[in-house]
Amino acid sequence: MKPAPFEYIAPESVEQVVEVLVQYGDEAKILAGGQSLMPLLNMRLATPGIIVDINGLNELSYIRQEGEHLHIGALTRQYRLERDARIRQTVPVLAAATRLIGHPPIRYAGTIGGSLAHADPAAELPAAMCALGAELSVVGLSGARSIPAVDFFQGPLSTAVRPGELLTEVRIPIRKNVVWGVREYTRRAGDFALAGAIILAEMEEDRWVNGRVVLFGVEDRPLRVSHAEAVLTQRALSDDQADVVAASAVTGLDCHTDLHASAGYRKQLARVMVKRAYLDALAMWDGKRENAAGSA
Amino acid sequence: MQPQRRTIVTTAVNGTPVETLLDVRTTLADFLREEAGCTSVHLGCEHGVCGACTVLLDGLPVRSCLRLAVQAVGHEITTLEGVMQTERGKTIGRAFVEQFAMQCGFCTAGFALSLYHLLENAPEPITDQDIHETLGGHICRCTGYVSIVEAAKRLRDQRG
Repeated sequence: MKPAPFEYIAPESVEQVVEVLVQYGDEAKILAGGQSLMPLLNMRLATPGIIVDINGLNELSYIRQEGEHLHIGALTRQYRLERDARIRQTVPVLAAATRLIGHPPIRYAGTIGGSLAHADPAAELPAAMCALGAELSVVGLSGARSIPAVDFFQGPLSTAVRPGELLTEVRIPIRKNVVWGVREYTRRAGDFALAGAIILAEMEEDRWVNGRVVLFGVEDRPLRVSHAEAVLTQRALSDDQADVVAASAVTGLDCHTDLHASAGYRKQLARVMVKRAYLDALAMWDGKRENAAGSA
Repeated sequence: MQPQRRTIVTTAVNGTPVETLLDVRTTLADFLREEAGCTSVHLGCEHGVCGACTVLLDGLPVRSCLRLAVQAVGHEITTLEGVMQTERGKTIGRAFVEQFAMQCGFCTAGFALSLYHLLENAPEPITDQDIHETLGGHICRCTGYVSIVEAAKRLRDQRG
């Protein structure tokens, strides 16, 4: 038996989860897909007093479109994000980013809410939420509140969720005519990213607007780089521009050194990932313009 | 709704009902090995990386080291013991032997289960990339993978 002893409870509603969280405070840990928590338990890096299993809350597993927003329940399994037709159509970058998570058996078990609440700095979904401008809903004793993704992530494994609150839903605004790229570097397929980048912009005639440049795996949380976003949308779009955007994205970047990569190497990887993501978005743009020209 | 330290776990393993009183911290992998007698479930890394403990939960491949046994209540578990009762399982076994897709065998059950799921469920055509992605979730320290990929391609080509 690997995990240290704990008590186990499986509430049957969000209200019950909140009650348990309030009652047990710091001793309680929520178990969703378990793909991050279970390794921590097995290695005894986490020794919670009580495990609150929310896998019975089927009402938190959904993907639905309401107007110009996509609503995704926190317990929705990651493999559904990869395959769901609405997601592939309205926010394809989310499907692509999800596909970079671990391996298929991890994504059959892992949930969107679990990844976001865990807030690993190298995780793909927190970065995708920042790039997409998502809002995250949490529920506590005093009701629900909504937190913009960029404010949600506060450090390594640290979020704006307060004691006694449960992350229940993400809402993603659907943008039209979007080009995007998502790239990450891992030593082996499925490993944690040493560095990753997401580029996203809306096409408006011959330029890009509302650009997003988000890095992950490089600092203590996903990082929106506003000065690179300005470069993304203000200059002419070309292959050469890729180097300019990439250089801008890592200017002032404060990477960390660890067992897997030095700060300098990580910064270089981040630069290259931005460049590749930019070129992917550019190729998408060229393709869409050719299609438009062909059908005109 | 009361917190528990021990609980009765009732589940179906390879179609057979199993009922055991367990400490709630028991992982599904340990439950399958110790209580259900499914010793094809191998524990390598115990944090979800190596893939040796992969089982099918309601038909989907998952890591049994990253799940509590109590979470299996109400679900169907299939291990290699179950898959090898099927025609497809036997075909996978033959292909692994003929292609020398194993040496020590520690990782084999995991590879076979992920491959079984791919062959059962993937829409046509199964691409080389699909195979690489499926097998990529498993670590083998003996073969160098080429023979496993060859076995998978052969199974794909024979898929009926």
